[in-house]
Amino acid sequence: MTHSYYESSARARIAGLLDADSFHEWLPAADRLTSPHLAALEQSAAFDDGVIVGRGSIAGKQVFFAAQEGGFMGGAVGEVHGAKIVGMLERAVRDHPAAVLLLLETGGVRLQEANAGLIAVSEVMRAILSARAAGVPVIVAIGGQYGCFGGMGIASRCASAIIISEEGRLGLSGPEVIETVRGVEEYDSRDRALVWRTVGGKHRYLLGECDTIVPDSMEAFQRAIIACINNGEDWSLEALEREHQLLGDRVQRFGSCKDGRDIWRELGWADPDAIAMMDNDEFIAAAQGRRAKDLECADSSALEKRGDKSPHSI
Amino acid sequence: MENLKYRFDNGKPTQGVTAIVGVLGSGNLEVLVEPAALGGACEIEVKTAANGFDRIWQAVMKDFFARHRVGDIRISVNDAGATPAIVSLRLDQAIETYIAQGKIKT
Amino acid sequence: MEWKKVVEKLFPTGHEVHQEGDLLSGEGRCGKHTVAVIGTTNHTEVGVELALAMAAAVLAVIHNHPGRPIVFLVDTSGQRLRHRDEMLGLNGYMAHLAKCVEMARRRGHPIISLVYEQALSGGFLANGMMADVCAALPEAEIRVMGLAAMARVTRISEERLTQLSISSPVFAPGAKNYLLMGGLDVLWEGDLSACLKDALEHVDANDHRRVLGLERGGRLLADVVVNRVSASA
Repeated sequence: MTHSYYESSARARIAGLLDADSFHEWLPAADRLTSPHLAALEQSAAFDDGVIVGRGSIAGKQVFFAAQEGGFMGGAVGEVHGAKIVGMLERAVRDHPAAVLLLLETGGVRLQEANAGLIAVSEVMRAILSARAAGVPVIVAIGGQYGCFGGMGIASRCASAIIISEEGRLGLSGPEVIETVRGVEEYDSRDRALVWRTVGGKHRYLLGECDTIVPDSMEAFQRAIIACINNGEDWSLEALEREHQLLGDRVQRFGSCKDGRDIWRELGWADPDAIAMMDNDEFIAAAQGRRAKDLECADSSALEKRGDKSPHSI
Repeated sequence: MENLKYRFDNGKPTQGVTAIVGVLGSGNLEVLVEPAALGGACEIEVKTAANGFDRIWQAVMKDFFARHRVGDIRISVNDAGATPAIVSLRLDQAIETYIAQGKIKT
Repeated sequence: MEWKKVVEKLFPTGHEVHQEGDLLSGEGRCGKHTVAVIGTTNHTEVGVELALAMAAAVLAVIHNHPGRPIVFLVDTSGQRLRHRDEMLGLNGYMAHLAKCVEMARRRGHPIISLVYEQALSGGFLANGMMADVCAALPEAEIRVMGLAAMARVTRISEERLTQLSISSPVFAPGAKNYLLMGGLDVLWEGDLSACLKDALEHVDANDHRRVLGLERGGRLLADVVVNRVSASA
């Protein structure tokens, strides 16, 4: 029997991913570290402020984790919520677990705690990078109903690796926000296929915005997490420069594309509309050599020929 | 926001381990069950976003206690407008989890 | 304040900072230091090109001037709200910029940021808020969202939010609120050059914002929570 990651609560996800009986929570619900800002707004405050942090093991390796509960305020980050994640990450710098696991499901900053939420997201970003600089891989999993957006969309890309499911969505401004500000002609948030072609798991995988795509099951996420733990951490200037090159190529190649389909066509997919119908294995097989990073690899000889021109010059 | 408190005496002292069930999302609730030396009583505190339903809560809680008759337990509920059926379901899940986790531990 | 004026006040003994589109880059002299300047102007929205250009500027400083302090001049109305930028992965470009700043810090570059006009949410996270010392001019506008928009999204009346913002720095826009919460280290007034010199002498690469928030009374729980996680079994 496969368990859907998408349908699960944060607690069910973490329980499903960790080795049996290895779950240990820091500041659990009984500690009642609730948001101090919601009562004034007549809003109920969850016992754990919508995030579970702690330690456990996966395939025998110690991991620290944070799991956001999308069901509570869309997983949005408030003061306490953010500080729990920061505390866990800073502890990882001190204690060196084999990896940090971030199960993200969030719209970003909790508007009810606007300023505190924004600062908290910034602190999370810096703490993620501190953990990586200390040699601890930070692995993000995205596959919940609310996707991963706002400042946490930025934070997720500060991590070492992102695992996403086809149902997962990753971006900065949500479709509704853009539609509200720019109008429905710019971005129709109710056009689910369009949203999927813009921020959906398969598009992100092809673009190189995530490392692994998995079917929506706890087992598949778990396998991918183990692989990412084994990959270790590569926090280096060289890696950053490679990323810079990829991102520069992306703007050049796809900057004038109007739709995800145009990008996919550019990547060599003769029938972009078939992508949506492929199951995960079929898609990964077909995507061999048809991801943006593969194009870059194919061009790498050309790159070297550019000689002394440093890859980061604009 | 409304804060409601209930106490039921003469329950059966029930061993277990602190348990949390449910999510504080629209139409749902979270239930926290903790051990407490209450002389066999069961205390329940409800924080709810929906005002004016105290009599319904009273009835749901009375039914819950009649079903389980648990004592030395403190139950805390955060509610975001769940129906009585959902509330009963979550309370049952919470107490069952509390007891089951206690059995694993011992 | 107009960026040229800001730069003149920051570097009275000389600078070469130029504008290209909405991007500012160059260098200025502050006492014994030569500092790299990277910034934006025109309340610009930060899209993929601008985030990438700023990242390129940071990488160039790392390569060409090891250890040179970097000053970010912040004026942005936030991330670019376009379907196209989202499709291209704007969050990834923002994160890339943040990572470049972090890399610079870890290679010994002091990072200072000055919000001289506007700083809004996503556009602020990737550079200004990554700094060791984050400063603002007192009249600078810093926010996640205006109260009117916040009222619409949260379905709490604007009146109520305005009322709450008198007693709490959590909701309302403004540099002072960010100062109280530790999101800003300091407000710069008067002699900006002296302010910068002082900041360069007190750079601390650790993130101490939650401690500032606690000390200043604007964000009481963040530091407590972090410490409790740290002390847990």
